[in-house]
Amino acid sequence: MSLITLSRFALAGFVIAALTAGPLWADRGTMRLLVEVFYYLALAQLWNLLAGYSGLISVGQQAFVGLGGYLIFSLAMFAGVPILWGLPLAGLLTALIAWPTALVAFRLAGPYFAIGTWVIAEVFRLGFAQISALGGGSGISLPAGMVKAMASNRTARESLTYWIALAIMLAVVIGIWLLMRSRIGLALSALRDNEEAAISVGVRTRPLKFGLYVATAGVTGLIGALIFVQKLRITPEAAFSVTDWTVLVIFMTVIGGIGTLEGPILGCILFFVLREFLADLGSWYMVILGMVSVGIMLVEPRGLWGLLTRLRPVTLFPVVRKRKTS
Amino acid sequence: MSALLEISGLDAFYGDFQALFGIDFHVGEGECVALVGANGAGKTTFLRCLTGLLLVPGQDMTFDGHPIAGLPPHMIARAGIAMSPEGRRLFPSLSVEENLLLGANVGRAGDWTLRSVKALFPVLEEKAGTPSTLLSGGQQQMVAIGRALMANPRLLLLDEVSLGLAPVIVRSIFAALPLIRAGGTSVILVEQDISQAVAMSDRLYCLQEGHVSLTGPSTELNRERISAAYFGRMTEDA
Amino acid sequence: MEWLNAILQGVLLGGLYALFAAGLSLMFGVMRFVNLAHGDFIVAAAFAALLLVDLTGMPPLATLAVIVPAMALAGYIGQRVMLNRLTGGDLLPSILVTFGLSVILQNLLLEGFSADSRRLSAGWLDTAAVQIGGGLSVGAVPLLLFLTAIGVLGLLSWVFGRTGTGRLLRATSDDPEIVGLMGADKKHLYGIAMAMAAAVVGLAGVLLAIKTNFDPASGPIRLLFAFEAVIIGGLGSLWGTLAGGILLGVAQGVGAQIDPGLQILAGHLVFLAILILKPQGLLPRQRS
Repeated sequence: MSLITLSRFALAGFVIAALTAGPLWADRGTMRLLVEVFYYLALAQLWNLLAGYSGLISVGQQAFVGLGGYLIFSLAMFAGVPILWGLPLAGLLTALIAWPTALVAFRLAGPYFAIGTWVIAEVFRLGFAQISALGGGSGISLPAGMVKAMASNRTARESLTYWIALAIMLAVVIGIWLLMRSRIGLALSALRDNEEAAISVGVRTRPLKFGLYVATAGVTGLIGALIFVQKLRITPEAAFSVTDWTVLVIFMTVIGGIGTLEGPILGCILFFVLREFLADLGSWYMVILGMVSVGIMLVEPRGLWGLLTRLRPVTLFPVVRKRKTS
Repeated sequence: MSALLEISGLDAFYGDFQALFGIDFHVGEGECVALVGANGAGKTTFLRCLTGLLLVPGQDMTFDGHPIAGLPPHMIARAGIAMSPEGRRLFPSLSVEENLLLGANVGRAGDWTLRSVKALFPVLEEKAGTPSTLLSGGQQQMVAIGRALMANPRLLLLDEVSLGLAPVIVRSIFAALPLIRAGGTSVILVEQDISQAVAMSDRLYCLQEGHVSLTGPSTELNRERISAAYFGRMTEDA
Repeated sequence: MEWLNAILQGVLLGGLYALFAAGLSLMFGVMRFVNLAHGDFIVAAAFAALLLVDLTGMPPLATLAVIVPAMALAGYIGQRVMLNRLTGGDLLPSILVTFGLSVILQNLLLEGFSADSRRLSAGWLDTAAVQIGGGLSVGAVPLLLFLTAIGVLGLLSWVFGRTGTGRLLRATSDDPEIVGLMGADKKHLYGIAMAMAAAVVGLAGVLLAIKTNFDPASGPIRLLFAFEAVIIGGLGSLWGTLAGGILLGVAQGVGAQIDPGLQILAGHLVFLAILILKPQGLLPRQRS
């Protein structure tokens, strides 16, 4: 193993260890912030997987965030499923429901596919607002009993939520990395570059797109379930918010750099740093983020990471396959 | 007399791939010059350079005394070069007549009008309102040539006119060529059909893997020499 | 009777939706470009009309004389300066740039005008109604909108079908490369197409301002309506877009009649149904 690889692993190990020890050194506020960073990073990586690596541009992922949230609340309230079991179950059910929506969405292509995913999210939002058992338009809170059943006390519960969020984030990042290094990852890149050409060399694009969309939806649903478990309350507006779950995710990924694993990490960290300083500006904050995004797409589509690596080529997550030398 | 079209040392690239190597080429006023070569030899690339579809700024290409390298297609069209593209490339949303009218968009005055083009290819009058894609291959080729003529070009480029057409249709299309030339238009004829190319042209160039492998008056070039140049075999003269 | 009225209102609303859709359709047809900020530009035009009326006191419909040409000019310049880089190329940048523009525009409007819902009063027109027998009456404003929409679609249809520029635009949508050989400057043509689309957007915005309440966040839903009208009607057909708009309007009207909260959802569901059952749309353009 080369020195570079060794130092990469060491760095990764250190970071992961430090984060895992979070409940020891971080206060409540910091832990909540870190949980937010973790789930936004996971969402950004997933969106990047769809759009940056596979060419499927969705502006409707909020459908699955909200769906995951409502599913876990429903499982807890109506089926008595404990939260910890509810999380993966919500993810699975989201993937199952994503299947028929994919059948509909894939009848459209390109920009129309994007808008179509948005319509689907809107249907979910309006639909859930009609379900009075789930609080209709005003939403509903997680029953206190189920919350308490998660862990012995509040501190333990918050640590548990923190570790789950960390675990999901690491699983998503490492999972996507391994996926892109695999044959499937190669097929996805081919799909993004030129779908027709990919079909002509034997890539089965339709099952690939489907599988990817459904799998991503499932993990997004899992994340959504976690998000709303932490918030303890869900409303259609919050669950299916375009701004929270799509606009910010896209901005993070675009500014950081689409099409790489490092980009969303950079973008996510940058976003949270900026938020500390610029949040007082209200709408101007969004205008600035928007303008930076647009500027980057026009000038350096590979984002800030692309700019940095232009100066000095560096890869933290090697994805390009090395040919085996015999 | 200086040539209408003068090209010296033309190199052309698609990204990193070099398609043309130092091409020297000229067409005199009123001449018909044939360009032959195998698939991939660079014939269509050459025409794309001429029309500005492939930009080659800084290269030595002069048309009617003016440098044209690096100019966008619409400006080269206005200067008087028109093309019947490989594969016809008619506009599917437009009828036959609309395709022809579009050719006149360049706005150059001259003898070629809707009327005279229809007189040259009478079937176009009959099919004027038909969507262009519903015509047979030969008819579509006539539309493509007619569309180029409507620009009243000084130099007409015919790219693979015979492609995919039955010999009898090809002959009827080429029968129109002398009439076109009679109007004073110079022609570059890119052809895979060597006998037609030799029969219809004054001079001939042969391209082989991006190089000019043979050139000379058509009457002086025999089948054997052209074959050799076409495929890149050495002959006693080479 | 109420149902008949609901359907009638829906048909008239469909005209407005067709107008929203016409701009989107034009841009996609000629340039393969979809502007995700389309709805936001319509709302921005509505706010511009509001501003003009506040500042000059001119009659609301008169703002058309200012806004439509101004939008056309802005569209031409915007296309040549910025958007020409995005059209005809990779899909990702154009979707993301226009998505970013959408967010920027919404937030700028929010800063400039606050989140309050507004409406432009057309004076006596607001409450005027036309009796059309059988006890049915139709508001003057919806009727005016519908007739305007038909008129605009007819005009666009004429421009595309019968004028030299329209021919060029159709040819550009077929084969932008070869159009250059005919002496047509592609960049200029794209600018013209965008100017036309922008003019229609401006018109739609002013009419929106008169017809209904709007606020800075109303843009995205208009994009969705426009998109749904295009898909229901069938890509590539202007009159199909009218049919799509009408069907969407009627679906919403019927939905609202069942329950006011169901209005928009009903429209979405009909859209999804068409997408599932007849994905090419109601009146798709035949292309051999």
